[in-house]
Amino acid sequence: MSDKLSNAQIAWRAAQDIADGAYVNLGIGFPEMVAKFQPPGREAIFHTENGIVNFGEAPPPGAEDWDLINAGKKAVTLKPGAAFFHHADSFAMVRGGHLDVAILGAYQVAENGDLANWSTGPKGVPAVGGAMDLVHGAKRVAVITEHVTKDGKPKLLGRCTLPLTGVACVTRVYTSLAVIDIEAGHFVLREKLAAMPLETLQSLTGAHLHISGAVADLIVPEL
Amino acid sequence: MDKTIPNLATAVAGIGDGAVVMIGGFGGSGAPIELIHALIDRFKATGHPAQLTVINNNAGNGHIGLAALIEAGMVKKLICSFPRSADPVVFTELYLAGKIELELVPQGTLAERIRAGGAGIPAFYTPTSFGTDLANGKKIEDFDGRSYVQERWLKADFALVKADIGDTHGNLTYRAAARNFNPLMCTAATVSIAQVRQIVAPGGIDPEHVITPGIFVQGVVAVANPQQEETLNRAGAVYA
Repeated sequence: MSDKLSNAQIAWRAAQDIADGAYVNLGIGFPEMVAKFQPPGREAIFHTENGIVNFGEAPPPGAEDWDLINAGKKAVTLKPGAAFFHHADSFAMVRGGHLDVAILGAYQVAENGDLANWSTGPKGVPAVGGAMDLVHGAKRVAVITEHVTKDGKPKLLGRCTLPLTGVACVTRVYTSLAVIDIEAGHFVLREKLAAMPLETLQSLTGAHLHISGAVADLIVPEL
Repeated sequence: MDKTIPNLATAVAGIGDGAVVMIGGFGGSGAPIELIHALIDRFKATGHPAQLTVINNNAGNGHIGLAALIEAGMVKKLICSFPRSADPVVFTELYLAGKIELELVPQGTLAERIRAGGAGIPAFYTPTSFGTDLANGKKIEDFDGRSYVQERWLKADFALVKADIGDTHGNLTYRAAARNFNPLMCTAATVSIAQVRQIVAPGGIDPEHVITPGIFVQGVVAVANPQQEETLNRAGAVYA
């Protein structure tokens, strides 16, 4: 195993916490990968903002139906038991607390659960999509992310410096190095890579990592 | 009663300068490409309508459909949640040049504002955007210990939508995920016009299958083989 998890391995770890029968929304891009790693014997039901529950993987090239897409505008298929609905019903599912979990990407996460994942500042064209709705609707909001930015700066911080998507909304963060819960305004370390000393992990994290009970090894398969 | 409109040009003939127009679809899915192109044809021929405010989830993709409407210079302001796409060059260049206004709205709030407009509800509260830049200047109120943002209804002069089957009373069905914003927009516009694959007589749609009741629809126009934005873009199509 390398010194950090690949995106697929982070997605795999997040997938292990999705219960059988859970209704799940995956953010567009990297989080979509979580769907590939459902544990055998469990069935999660995926929701997409544009009006489908229980969609499946992409069709083979050439077999796309462009009326049947996900929020990332990618062609999908249906599983038995799928349903279509309009956008107001879709976001009633989101804001009404009917989704069990939303798994989103992040630019920054703060120790109080604040999330920044929609804007890197005033330059360019702003775009928000459904992220601000999802963070206040799902029963559990988890983030999957690299532990640090491309240039090595912490993404887990005392307070976010980028524009917020939501306030105090994230409850668990799966990173390339650790699994961290957010409880009572603190990062609480649950799992870390066995080869990673706690001091090193702390030095790569922008706020204090609290220890509450045992810290398990973060063990994932080669993928 | 017969709400059939004989052709696309007639369907868009009443849309004037400065109109607020809801355009259905999510990306290309459910986008009424032919109605949009008919509107562009009219503008090319007459210089009208211009200065439109358009409400859509996105800001177009490539150089067809909504992107072509923007590229033609007909749109003054866009109200949307996600003005990015595989090829967003048309909107991006105009926006960065300060030539088009953008009101960015979270997607669920956009849907609910349209729903509220159609249901006669002038404002509502949502947790969405609380504590963020998109709540700036909006009224905040606490309910049961949690903070919520007040959002206003959205209404339009016209809605242009894509449905699947329509009857002459304006009852509509949709296909797959092409439903998205279309049923909401039909409720929130003074005049809602649906392009449909087929127009049938009353009774031709099982009442159990009607998604948009005809009371929300003022006109239906037949487009037997509607084009898909994604297919056009993959072929490099440009509508000009």
